Amino acid sequence: MDFISKNLPYLLAGISVGGQYALIAIGYTMVYGILRLINFAHGDIFMVAALVTVYSTTVMPLYLSIPLTLIVTVALGLLVERAAYKPLRSAPRMSVMISAIGVSYLLQNLALYVTGGLAQTYPSIPFISNTVQVGPATTKMVTLVTPILTIILVFALMQLINHTKIGMAMRAAANDFETSRLMGIKVDNVISVTFLIGSFLAAVGSLLYFTNYASVIPTSGAMPGLKAFVAAVFGGIGSIPGAVIGAFIIGICENIIKGLGWTTFSDAFTFALLIVILIFKPTGLFGEGATDKV
Amino acid sequence: MLKVNDLKVNYGGIEAVKGISFEVPEKSIITLIGANGAGKSTTLRSIVSLVKPASGTIEFLGEDITGKDTNEIVSRGITLVPEGRKIFPDLTVLENLKIGAYTRKDDLTDDLNWVYDLFPRLKERHWQAGGTLSGGEQQMLAVARALMSRPKLIMMDEPSLGLAPLIVKGIFDIIKEIHKQGVTILLIEQNANMALQAADMAYVMETGKITMQGSGKELLEDEAIKTAYLGKKKTTLG
Repeated sequence: MDFISKNLPYLLAGISVGGQYALIAIGYTMVYGILRLINFAHGDIFMVAALVTVYSTTVMPLYLSIPLTLIVTVALGLLVERAAYKPLRSAPRMSVMISAIGVSYLLQNLALYVTGGLAQTYPSIPFISNTVQVGPATTKMVTLVTPILTIILVFALMQLINHTKIGMAMRAAANDFETSRLMGIKVDNVISVTFLIGSFLAAVGSLLYFTNYASVIPTSGAMPGLKAFVAAVFGGIGSIPGAVIGAFIIGICENIIKGLGWTTFSDAFTFALLIVILIFKPTGLFGEGATDKV
Repeated sequence: MLKVNDLKVNYGGIEAVKGISFEVPEKSIITLIGANGAGKSTTLRSIVSLVKPASGTIEFLGEDITGKDTNEIVSRGITLVPEGRKIFPDLTVLENLKIGAYTRKDDLTDDLNWVYDLFPRLKERHWQAGGTLSGGEQQMLAVARALMSRPKLIMMDEPSLGLAPLIVKGIFDIIKEIHKQGVTILLIEQNANMALQAADMAYVMETGKITMQGSGKELLEDEAIKTAYLGKKKTTLG
């Protein structure tokens, strides 16, 4: 009993953080699946979402601020795709990747300019910020909401991809752009939808993630972004279920390590895991056989 | 139905098609034959705007379609069965067929029944991933997928490539059957013999130009064609 009451909070936190990583990781894995691009700006889009929430709540009520966050984040994701990736559609993959890194720094520096380098206090969102008692553990509501919301969103996404016309077009485009065009698919639109979904989920993730933190700084997106990226690689980049499972595993492991008193090493664990995967199973848990990666 | 006028296309830094003109009348089978690299595939690809022509015009049903978006050309009724079949390996056979009808918004039941009648094998395997089919079955799927857009003109790029002779014969039977049902066909082939036998009219392409044209029968009889494309030795010794 003592063991449970001691470890339960860490396990709960792990599941919750895992869900938040999962929401970010889906954006990485879907974009990779279709463009074979690692969208390094994705973590920063996640950070911008948090800043939008911070600033919008100062001028409007939360029930307007949350939808605004979702809309602005999606618009930013689409804008980044149009401005930085679409013009490079036929360029070598390395160029697109460098463009992605450029966008990442651009967003961080814009955030630095806007915030003046000061940590911005993240608003507390009612209901999910409330504390709740789970057995012997006390935690925030967000800990319970995250995994449930994540599973609902992933389920909805899988339905979209496997059972709708646009989903079929996305899977076709992931196989072969040119033949997809021949079928009359507007591949650019399919790519836009991919970025739309990825940015939307990142925005939802930011609402949940930052509820556990006091403030947002311009580099706040970097670490969760990287962890989500590792989760996507761990699960097999390109695979949505893989990214989700990878994210939960990483979230839970990190927090168990914290629970064991090795907090210092929890980040190191994630990146050590990345190295181990890349050495022993570069295609990840659910990845395809192909190894033509950047 | 299709009129190509002085078409020039640059591809991979070279002028792959150097000003060709030809016509595909309604309800005909037209074939383009020629060696590898003669510009046949590039010609078809530029008709559906996968590569943009450098100059010249392409008219379809009296309207200029040069350089229009591929999806628009497809919805006007031109479809291409690409070289190497290019079915979607991760989609099921049924999904491959459905995606062939991507530009359409009406009910597909009749069309599915039509292609299943033409290719009973696809019906048996409709739940299988496209990538698990054999080469011949994949070619059938590629043709069936193209038919799902209910095309007025179907263009086929080397449908016999890499297939066993018996299967090639099956593919040509299907081409004739589709033609009989009122679809116009533009075919490019390295298997010149089969293609010329099926064709109403044939064009020979060499290094980006049309060097000869005539009815399928005329070209089958032509000595130069026999030597170059039909693998027969000259009978007249000099």
